[in-house]
Amino acid sequence: MTPHDTGPAGAPPRLALRDITVRFGGLTALESVSVTVPAGSVVGIMGPNGAGKTTLFNVVCGVYKPTSGSVEIDGRAVRPRTHNLTGLGISRSLQGLGLFGGQSVLDNVVAGLQVETKHSFFEELLALPRATRSEREKKERAMATLASLGIDAYAAALPDTLPYAIRKKVSIARALVSKPSLLLLDEPAGGLGHEEIEELATLIRSIPGNGCSVVLVEHHVDLVMSVCDSIAVLDFGKLIAQGTPAEVSANPAVTEAYLGVDAA
Amino acid sequence: MTGIMSSRTTVIIGVVGLIAVIGLTFVLEPFRNYQLATIAAYLCAVAGLTMLTGVNGQLSLGHAALMACGAYCYAFTANGLAEQEIEGPVLLIVPIIAAVVGATVLGLVIGLAAARLHGPYLAGVTLAFVIALPAVTSRFSDVFGGDQGLWITVERRPEFLAGRGGTEMFQAWVAIACAAVVVVLLRNLMRSNFGRQMRAVRDNEVAAALAGINVARTKVIAFTVSSAAAGIGGAVMAFMTQSASPGAFNLFISLFLLMAAVIGGIGTLYGALWGSILLVVLPDVIGSITRGLSLSPEVAQRLDGNLAVGLFGAVMVLVVIVAPFGIQGLVRKAGHQIRSRGSLQSAPHPK
Repeated sequence: MTPHDTGPAGAPPRLALRDITVRFGGLTALESVSVTVPAGSVVGIMGPNGAGKTTLFNVVCGVYKPTSGSVEIDGRAVRPRTHNLTGLGISRSLQGLGLFGGQSVLDNVVAGLQVETKHSFFEELLALPRATRSEREKKERAMATLASLGIDAYAAALPDTLPYAIRKKVSIARALVSKPSLLLLDEPAGGLGHEEIEELATLIRSIPGNGCSVVLVEHHVDLVMSVCDSIAVLDFGKLIAQGTPAEVSANPAVTEAYLGVDAA
Repeated sequence: MTGIMSSRTTVIIGVVGLIAVIGLTFVLEPFRNYQLATIAAYLCAVAGLTMLTGVNGQLSLGHAALMACGAYCYAFTANGLAEQEIEGPVLLIVPIIAAVVGATVLGLVIGLAAARLHGPYLAGVTLAFVIALPAVTSRFSDVFGGDQGLWITVERRPEFLAGRGGTEMFQAWVAIACAAVVVVLLRNLMRSNFGRQMRAVRDNEVAAALAGINVARTKVIAFTVSSAAAGIGGAVMAFMTQSASPGAFNLFISLFLLMAAVIGGIGTLYGALWGSILLVVLPDVIGSITRGLSLSPEVAQRLDGNLAVGLFGAVMVLVVIVAPFGIQGLVRKAGHQIRSRGSLQSAPHPK
């Protein structure tokens, strides 16, 4: 459970957002926000509704192009494109579920292994051995990921027939199956009960053990405080606080943003 | 494990079915063989459409135009070869390949536009191609032969068949062979990673993109492959009728293809087969019933053709209400019931 044990000292952070500004017409959704995610750490992004948390995720995912600022992966500036994210070692779970309702749990998770597809379209058209073997291997890997989350019994079920907490795990399994080095979790606790959140916290804490950094956008303050190594707090598109959970919770600006108390 | 089982079962069913159908061509009278060939020609197009609409979620009303593209490409190539006095298998195979290439190129062009459109908008764009077809053929009538279309020199049945069966038997063989190739290739695709990509794009485009799927590319390829299948269907039609004309590929054909896919069971190749059979058998059955009713000539003339269209509509509405997964859905349900009666330990989900 030691989060900082991966990567040599002085290595570039897994993800660095530098002075990100996003404007939609006259609205400034993010203003000069910088966040770094060291290798093997869990970083939380907090803030009231409309603070710009999901916008920040969408910048990392290439859904929005920032008006200014840069995104760096392992010290290298990148311009992410949504369908190439897994190629950069980035996986993202969606706010809500984002599962493929018409496909089994297993197929949902196998879909997360697109980056592993090495064979060509024509090999698939003719069902040549390389294509069928690759399918089999992917299914084995997906089953292993499902088993590691304890939900392999539901592999053949359709997502809509399952309880919400299990569907949530399926969406996390799909993000984890490609063994990403950066996992973006968008509101993973949404809709979960108290015990399920405890379980989720244990799961999130175990992820850095596999050499994967985690960025967590979350409303549930207790969860963020308990699993994150550092926390960035956004309010109205600006970074108002950054630091360890203890530092952030002691910061009067954070209290003001959340409770509307006039700190002055 | 069930995947391997069902895979082997479908292969066995496919091979046995193919042998049975070819055996059937020896005993059927020529007109029935012609109908069999028509079913196979429709099957090519319906199979492609059911993949596009059912598996990838793109709605096309333009597949008749893509069939027409295949038919005209077949006509140009076959007539060109015949002018060079080329005969034999070349006069059959090369025009079919030309039809596939032509429909693939047109499908790629439409597909590139389709990737940016959804649902009714895509249906509208593809509809435009079908509506425009007669105008194109009459505007460039020196090329396309206007409303009359083109007559095609086709490869005759091989000599060794002369004593055994008519031209229709040979036509049925060619049509069945084409349909078999189309169905096998589409089945491979639908079961492959590309099949998973198509379904993922259909279910949730954002999640598909985040999983690493290039959504636009998937849609374009699906449309192109589906077009190629329609092109083969059009080529087979051209080969059978020895003609390619705009009237043979009008809006009704587009709608019939879609209805066949839905009534048969959208997104499944078996469903495409049931739907294609229905497209040929239903009008025939209705025709023989109305003939048996000894109606006045005026009424009979009004009903001719129209009754089949009306009945198709009624069947379609009924299927959507009663059996949303179509005929194949009913077949599958019946199969499950028989199997669960056969074995008592049939509860697959423990919880």
